[in-house]
Amino acid sequence: MEPSFIKELSGIVGTDQTLIDTESLACYGYDSTPEHESRPGAVVLPGSEEEICRILALCHGAGVPVTPRGSGTNLSGGSLGRPEGVVIQTSRLNRIVEIDEENLTATVQPGVITSTLHKAVEAQGLFYPPDPGSMNISTIGGNVAENAGGLRGLKYGVTADYVMGLRTALPDGSLLRSGGKVVKDVAGYNLNQLLVSSEGTLGLFTEVTVKLIPRPPVKKTMLVHFPQLEDAALAVSRIIAARVIPATLEFMDRVTIRCIEEYAKVGLPLDVDAVLLIEVDGHPAQVEEEAAAVRAVCEKHRCSFFQTAATADEALKLATARRVALSSLARMKPTTILEDATVPRSCIAPMVKLIQETARKYDLTIGTFGHAGDGNLHPTCLTDERDTDEIARAHQAFAEIFEAAIAMGGTITGEHGVGLAKKKYLPRLVGESGLRVMRGIKGAFDPKGILNPGKVF
Amino acid sequence: MEYVKLINCMRCGMCLPHCPTYKETFLETASPRGRVALMRKIEEGELEASERLLEYLSLCLDCQACATACPCGVNAGEMVAEFKCERHEGRGLSVMEDLVLRKLLPHPDRLEAAVAPMRAYQRSGLQKIVRSLGILKMFPPAIGRMEGLLPELPARPLRRTIDEVTPAVGEERGRVGFFLGCVMSLVFSEASYATVQLLSALGYTVVTPKAQKCCGAPNMLAGDREGLLEAARFNVDLFAGHDLDFIVTDCGGCGAELKKYGHHLAGDEAAAAFGNRVRDISQVLSLHGDELREKLTPLPLTVTYHDPCHIAHCQGIRQEPRSLLKLVPGLDCRELAEADACCGSAGTYNIEKPEMSDRVLSRKIATIKATGAEVLVTSNPGCLLQLKKALAEETPPVRVMHLTEVLHRSLSPR
Ligand SMILES: Cc1cc2nc3c(=O)[nH]c(=O)nc-3n(C[C@H](O)[C@H](O)[C@H](O)COP(=O)(O)OP(=O)(O)OC[C@H]3O[C@@H](n4cnc5c(N)ncnc54)[C@H](O)[C@@H]3O)c2cc1C
Ligand code: SF4
Ligand code: SF4
Repeated sequence: MEPSFIKELSGIVGTDQTLIDTESLACYGYDSTPEHESRPGAVVLPGSEEEICRILALCHGAGVPVTPRGSGTNLSGGSLGRPEGVVIQTSRLNRIVEIDEENLTATVQPGVITSTLHKAVEAQGLFYPPDPGSMNISTIGGNVAENAGGLRGLKYGVTADYVMGLRTALPDGSLLRSGGKVVKDVAGYNLNQLLVSSEGTLGLFTEVTVKLIPRPPVKKTMLVHFPQLEDAALAVSRIIAARVIPATLEFMDRVTIRCIEEYAKVGLPLDVDAVLLIEVDGHPAQVEEEAAAVRAVCEKHRCSFFQTAATADEALKLATARRVALSSLARMKPTTILEDATVPRSCIAPMVKLIQETARKYDLTIGTFGHAGDGNLHPTCLTDERDTDEIARAHQAFAEIFEAAIAMGGTITGEHGVGLAKKKYLPRLVGESGLRVMRGIKGAFDPKGILNPGKVF
Repeated sequence: MEYVKLINCMRCGMCLPHCPTYKETFLETASPRGRVALMRKIEEGELEASERLLEYLSLCLDCQACATACPCGVNAGEMVAEFKCERHEGRGLSVMEDLVLRKLLPHPDRLEAAVAPMRAYQRSGLQKIVRSLGILKMFPPAIGRMEGLLPELPARPLRRTIDEVTPAVGEERGRVGFFLGCVMSLVFSEASYATVQLLSALGYTVVTPKAQKCCGAPNMLAGDREGLLEAARFNVDLFAGHDLDFIVTDCGGCGAELKKYGHHLAGDEAAAAFGNRVRDISQVLSLHGDELREKLTPLPLTVTYHDPCHIAHCQGIRQEPRSLLKLVPGLDCRELAEADACCGSAGTYNIEKPEMSDRVLSRKIATIKATGAEVLVTSNPGCLLQLKKALAEETPPVRVMHLTEVLHRSLSPR
């Protein structure tokens, strides 16, 4: 990068918040996505919205690409910058601006950690449902940009369902306000929803206003063992057919169970095909009723064991085990390739079966877990990046898995985004017209194409 | 460094919110994930081990909070320490390191003699004069920081005053060896005296071999593996002569190192047996909670407990100290937010990296103040030194006590 450009950049954020040394840049060449690396030209950590706008204006003028970054926990390569570009890390913008109890909203800076927001609103008896597995480190800005889902997605929805207002710095440094605290707003196109899941390609969020709901007074956590995979899958759709929408309905297969148990030691069974983690919440009477209905369905579908957490601690322990599923799998082998295939929930059993068969066909170890309630599965291949042959087979296997997901009416990513990792599958999913419209939108926001170029399409 | 250890990090970022230096800076280079990445890039030949890179790595406190958080079993802190150790190895020791690591630490007599002038300096009132005149400002800042941290030294180190064998009170239930630890014996001899008294009150005969040497942890940090092995060998042989159920220490750092002797002297059965017998004092006392409860008298104090890294992260001991405190009647125990976050002491880190150490410390002090406790309890000499100094300067000042001091005070009220 030009020294004069760097000088202007550091003139905005300060030299100590401008990183250009080889060592620092090497540490921004990755995010949580395996197999993707790209070293940016510079990294800056702005301290205010104004600084962000000025950085964008500077880069826009110079035609320098900009990539937003929260905590770099995304699994699609979305926060990797370009060698000729600048990465803007939002971590310093980590203030909760306001919790508005009258309007039931919270307004935060983009670098606020998801679980920090949870704690702050829960202390006031309120609830912010989106809880990605990475919530202890992912930022709200990153969550909005990826439309992150979580364990509570089935009943409460995903990040998009809670975003009410955004302040977004556009590529030229101007500021776009969309939405706000109003519950109803039909003035023009719904830019809020368009910006959610834009993966940092349309604008950089500088402030996010989210909807809060009253905290459900009680919840019940249940863990159910199924010797047969089909029974578990059937139970998932029958629970919902029985008009019970659990807050959480998570699935773990045999490989995943083994790994979690090895790490978290929560007493998971090692001899069953599948385990479901189910949580129902709401008012006490309703929770009792729903828990009983869940139990009846599971027993009808030949579960071998049905455990209800007796204490909050026990419940937390069970839920924590699910949260660390991915990382526990990662203990087995050095390299973990996690995918995000999503199918209509009636197709869970065939999908899991297909994944297992594909793993066998390509001689791979693939553990599958995920948000069964919403059909979002995470087949995770345990491999070793030094074994190039195995890596090639893994990619072949995933190509087949995605093909099958699309054929079942599913999608190539339910929550992790397209980024770099899933780019090649997007045309197959959205078709020519889909791509054309998306490109048109990108052009309207970012005519010079400086914001997170090369991502999504 | 084994390459597979480096590629085991899947970069999930789960460790980031637990790393004190990341929390202060938000920089990847100051995070566990980043540190592993830097070492990996060196191994892969993509980066050179430049001065700057080593400087980045040396910002790691080796608190191992990352290891507790990492679901993949990566221990970035330990890896950085190992990396530094490997680089130091074969380089030889500097004159100063040779003096401290080889000529002083392994020889308790000399060490105690070396500290004697400090004590005289404090007693003579000279310390007060020096401090008030600001004479220390004329010396390199490190000396000033070291001087400032030192609390009033006891008249004599515990090693000098304790009997080799402290008999059990009442019927003997078992025999334990007591590992003194340099700083505990020299500076916190009262706490260690309390430790021995507690063990004896619970029916243990306490054997304290006076010839014992430093545990060797400082050698390891300086890359002096040979010195560490020598110390380990000596201590293993020394304690093997006595018929002991446990080898007890009230120093978190010593405990963490002693437990690794079997690993250091791989293949040596005596070393493995030694390592397996090592217990932190809280582990032994916890075995006798009910009995202890009966012996304890009320202590109307508000306390909070800080988990030393070497106890919580390195040895995985969290519940024992808390349950022990709960046994004391009248003691109001308040949980500390981020209780197991490093206090910034971290061996000699507070002297070598004063700026970061102070930032990490301030966070700790703020959480301690927020509890409203009158006394901070902890159980590692590094934390005691660091927190004593800082909390004395608060208004109102917060007292700092070793866990065994609190229990002993309740056992035999003054
Ligand atoms: C162990 C683990 C578990 C996970 N579990 C889940 C899960 O359950 N559900 C789920 O949905 N995801 C999950 N993820 C993926 C990831 O955590 C989410 O995508 C998260 O939202 C990313 O947040 P981040 O702050 O790390 O953003 P980053 O990874 O830094 O960035 C993600 C994208 O957002 C853009 N971006 C970041 N900040 C801004 C901003 N202020 N304005 C505009 N664009 C921005 C970036 O350019 C990038 O494209 C998991 C990841 C890991 C490692
Ligand atoms: S060290 Fe562990 S927790 Fe941290 S990024 Fe690597 S794998 Fe994740
Ligand atoms: S040892 Fe402590 S300072 Fe070092 S990387 Fe781990 S958490 Fe961070």
